[in-house]
Amino acid sequence: MQIPAPFDYVRASSVDNALALLDRHGAESRVVAGGHSLLPMMKLRLARPDWLIDINDLFELDYLLVDKDVLRIGAMTRHTTLLESDDVKRLFPIITDAERVIADPIVRNRGTIGGSLCQADPAEDLSTVCHVLEAVAVVRGPAGERMLSMADFHRGPYETAVAQNELLIEVRIPIRSDSSSAYEKVERRVGDWAVAAAGASVSLDSAGAISQVAVGLTAVGLDRNVTEVEAVLVGQAPTEELFTEAGRLASLACDPLADQRGPIDYKRHLADELTRRVLRAACRRAAASVSEITI
Amino acid sequence: MTILEDRPSNPAAGDHDRPVGHGRMQRKEDPRFVRGKGHYVDDIVLPGMLHGAILRAPVAHARLVSIDTTEALAHPKVLAVITGSDLQALGLAWAPTLSMDVQAVLVTDKVRFQGQEVAFVVAEDRYAARDALELIQVEYDVLPPVVDARKAMDPGAPVIRDDLEGRTNNHIFDWEAGNKAETDAVFASADVVVTQEIVYPRVHPAPMETCGAVADFDPIDGRLTLYETTQAPHAHRTLFAMVSGIPEHKIRVVSPDIGGGFGNKVGIYPGYILAVVGSIVTGKPVKWVEDRSENLMSTSFARDYIMQGEIAATKDGKILGLRTNVLADHGAFNATAQPTKYPAGFFHIFTGSYDLAAAHCTVTGVYTNKAPGGVAYACSFRVTEAVYLVERMVDILARKLEMDPAELRLKNFIKPEQFPYPNKTGWEYDSGDYEPTMRLSMKMAGYDELRREQKEKRERGELMGIGISFFTETVGAGPRKDMDILGLGMADGAELRIHPTGKAVVRISVQSQGQGHETTFAQIVAEEIGIPPEDIDVVHGDTDQTPFGLGTYGSRSTPVSGAAVALVARKVREKARFIAAAMLETRPEDLEWEKGRWFVKGDPSVGKTIAEIAMGAHGTVALPEGIDGNLDAEVTYDPPNLTFPFGAYICVVDVDPGTGHVKVRRFIAVDDCGTRINPMIIEGQIHGGLTDGVGMALMEFIEFDAEGNCLGGSFMDYLIPTAMEVPDWETGFTVTPSPHHPIGAKGVGESATVGSPPAVVNAVVDALAPFGVVHMDMPCTPARVWEAMQGRTRPPV
Repeated sequence: MQIPAPFDYVRASSVDNALALLDRHGAESRVVAGGHSLLPMMKLRLARPDWLIDINDLFELDYLLVDKDVLRIGAMTRHTTLLESDDVKRLFPIITDAERVIADPIVRNRGTIGGSLCQADPAEDLSTVCHVLEAVAVVRGPAGERMLSMADFHRGPYETAVAQNELLIEVRIPIRSDSSSAYEKVERRVGDWAVAAAGASVSLDSAGAISQVAVGLTAVGLDRNVTEVEAVLVGQAPTEELFTEAGRLASLACDPLADQRGPIDYKRHLADELTRRVLRAACRRAAASVSEITI
Repeated sequence: MTILEDRPSNPAAGDHDRPVGHGRMQRKEDPRFVRGKGHYVDDIVLPGMLHGAILRAPVAHARLVSIDTTEALAHPKVLAVITGSDLQALGLAWAPTLSMDVQAVLVTDKVRFQGQEVAFVVAEDRYAARDALELIQVEYDVLPPVVDARKAMDPGAPVIRDDLEGRTNNHIFDWEAGNKAETDAVFASADVVVTQEIVYPRVHPAPMETCGAVADFDPIDGRLTLYETTQAPHAHRTLFAMVSGIPEHKIRVVSPDIGGGFGNKVGIYPGYILAVVGSIVTGKPVKWVEDRSENLMSTSFARDYIMQGEIAATKDGKILGLRTNVLADHGAFNATAQPTKYPAGFFHIFTGSYDLAAAHCTVTGVYTNKAPGGVAYACSFRVTEAVYLVERMVDILARKLEMDPAELRLKNFIKPEQFPYPNKTGWEYDSGDYEPTMRLSMKMAGYDELRREQKEKRERGELMGIGISFFTETVGAGPRKDMDILGLGMADGAELRIHPTGKAVVRISVQSQGQGHETTFAQIVAEEIGIPPEDIDVVHGDTDQTPFGLGTYGSRSTPVSGAAVALVARKVREKARFIAAAMLETRPEDLEWEKGRWFVKGDPSVGKTIAEIAMGAHGTVALPEGIDGNLDAEVTYDPPNLTFPFGAYICVVDVDPGTGHVKVRRFIAVDDCGTRINPMIIEGQIHGGLTDGVGMALMEFIEFDAEGNCLGGSFMDYLIPTAMEVPDWETGFTVTPSPHHPIGAKGVGESATVGSPPAVVNAVVDALAPFGVVHMDMPCTPARVWEAMQGRTRPPV
């Protein structure tokens, strides 16, 4: 049995209480939600917080809400809830695609969207998904709430803009009409970190041309969307040639490292291959939703 | 309580309608396991028990400069900190391995692999023991490591084992089998010769339960009780007696429920010895249970063979000869477990299921700065490596000859009339009838239809592969004239007692780690003496309670102990005949046996059941001369030969041409393990082994970096398969009994682990044929498959 270093533990009863506890226990306190990243790190003694502040009683942060043109997701929403939501599947199939390949059911039953985004693991799927969907992170601290774009929120591997005395409380995703999205991942085994993954969101205009597009990559050293593809795709009718060009650009934009999951050229190849696949799927889905509406 | 439950009879699986004796019955041990009431080493709590933890080396090769334990000893809950120099003073710093080498219990001079044991803390609880590890200050002088076995024998390579007198290189042994001159002659005259380097990378058995021990040394009467995760309690007791100086009659080794062994729990690890030392030093019981990383990094690995294979054939596909040179990476200490005469285990069964004119193999073992071990993960003493080599080589030959791999195998099988078959490297295969087994697997798979589907898919650019493996195993070690471990013959004992009321207890020397011994051995007795298996208790795993024997590994329980149990039951049955004759006032030769009862020939209404005879034996009936007043017997069984189970496996994979991801779509496994005692238990063994095989073929690999850091030290890095990676297994069977086993049974526990990896890899390589790929080494991860598609296959080491 792997045994963490000694620590103290307290359960927060509300968001305000959690913020007060973070304030009281200071720099060596850490918030635990699903615990699937933090607890293994503690057992390996890579993380050694003095205090664990358990926020699993904050049911007030466990919700999914379609609020006019925004999907609001509470930070304590479990992966399983996202995976099983019909609203999510209808509005943002990229989330359903990603959730289906996040770990296994046991992890998904406990893990939360807030925990995933705050861990900011380079192989973390929902960070890419939120970049692609242009999500907004709502962060609360002693000074009140602030709204951060993903570019501002996600600073790089294992690093976010959430300060030690703050809490991510909600993720807001803008709902667009005539749009759809997709995500695909390659992994050595279910539950392993991604070798690489890609996500795409597209909107189509009435003529069927791409009016908006975003492509993101996971685990290949790119903490932003592949903005290079936008100029190539926007205003064009979706074709295999365009997807091929987008794939090429994605493989150039990324900056993967060689590891046990594969060499650099393979990961670049996957950035290319998966970009083409998710664009293809997102355009097909968007076209289907457009035709549904017209009918 | 009746724990049997009738299941619908399944004639296809060879069931009896009612499982008295052989047949499909639910496992007697399962009620406690499915209720979570198994009792494992870590469940043992003794009064006053302390907890141990091991400080392990962070580097692979380093001179030990100093250890300062002051701060750790000052921890309020720490009772002792034991170092290598403390052990040296007791003469316990080094312990013999199962291969006549020695292994450091704690480092005295030099660290030789990352994760090696450096110090042992004993504390009041396991938290404090772990915390105190961080308080030990160790200074290392880091040395260049030997990581690549291919470079271990380079001139100038660092000498790892400078502890051994006169050692100037990293060479351990050279070994050969077969006839080199004859083989060379066959190769010289062959139409076709194909050559391929084949690597079986280092993998780990990764049992669900890690290794651990509770040592309880009583300083008053000098008795040591040692609860251990061991597959071989009796062998461990003898070795502990030889090493520690505690006399053997004062040592009791108990192996309670074991959560998986796969060979990982055959050897004696430093942790076990340290728990004993900790108990002697503190006068209290000491528990030590390793964590997952310790298990993966320091306990017995498996494989690590680099094999140069060559196969020779005529142009019309008659295989003539096979030869190979193997480089075996044994890690820092030669701690591999196998019979003394065979430093490469039973690798020389690499001629497989084929009738060859000649064969020759050489194996060279070397030291590297990696964890010791070598025979583990259900490998049947290196039959795994042998079967992988021959089954890959036959496939490569089929490609070269443009022959169907099934046809090539069928053409070269040993014929049924050739059994018992002496192969070219010294084995005598007991029995076999390979073609029906192969044909059955092809029928179940729909082989011709699969090939048609593959052809159509290839035209569309889809990658589908069909892989075949036909394996022959050699299990049930072994005859004492040939086989021993550290001088202990590989026999097994069995004792059977029938209580006065006709209930029985059978005591066996092998130890279950999940194989279902409590059921299988009760069924063997039930079949022989005709009382229900639920009336028979199987006792195992406690040296005070069971006869001596060498334990469970190498699929030897049924071939050796199963035979012992059948024979002891027959001995009891024969004794019962004499007692029944006395009770019936007739002569023994006038009695006839039907299951459970002796009766008078010609008058079946007059007889005595086993229960009546047992009561008679313990009662007042006047017994004949030489017959004791009980219904008990004991035997020790020395097997005349090993058993040679075999099977035909077919794997179907789909490979994503864009990502290299392999999906195992179907797997058909037809096994022949001779007489089938409990088909459900056999199927369970096969399912587990096939899952192991898919894991090894697709993802498992203990990798090291250039500094000798182990990159497979957790389940985040060392991947084992889940339900998502394996298909619904399609199993079938044929029955070719062993002629020398009392009930015709052969071992089966490792068949699927041995037979399945080549089927998966053959399927992957077959799928990649359009890219000109003739071989790729395991693991077939997406990246490695993609590289193969680019024409850049590379060995994993």
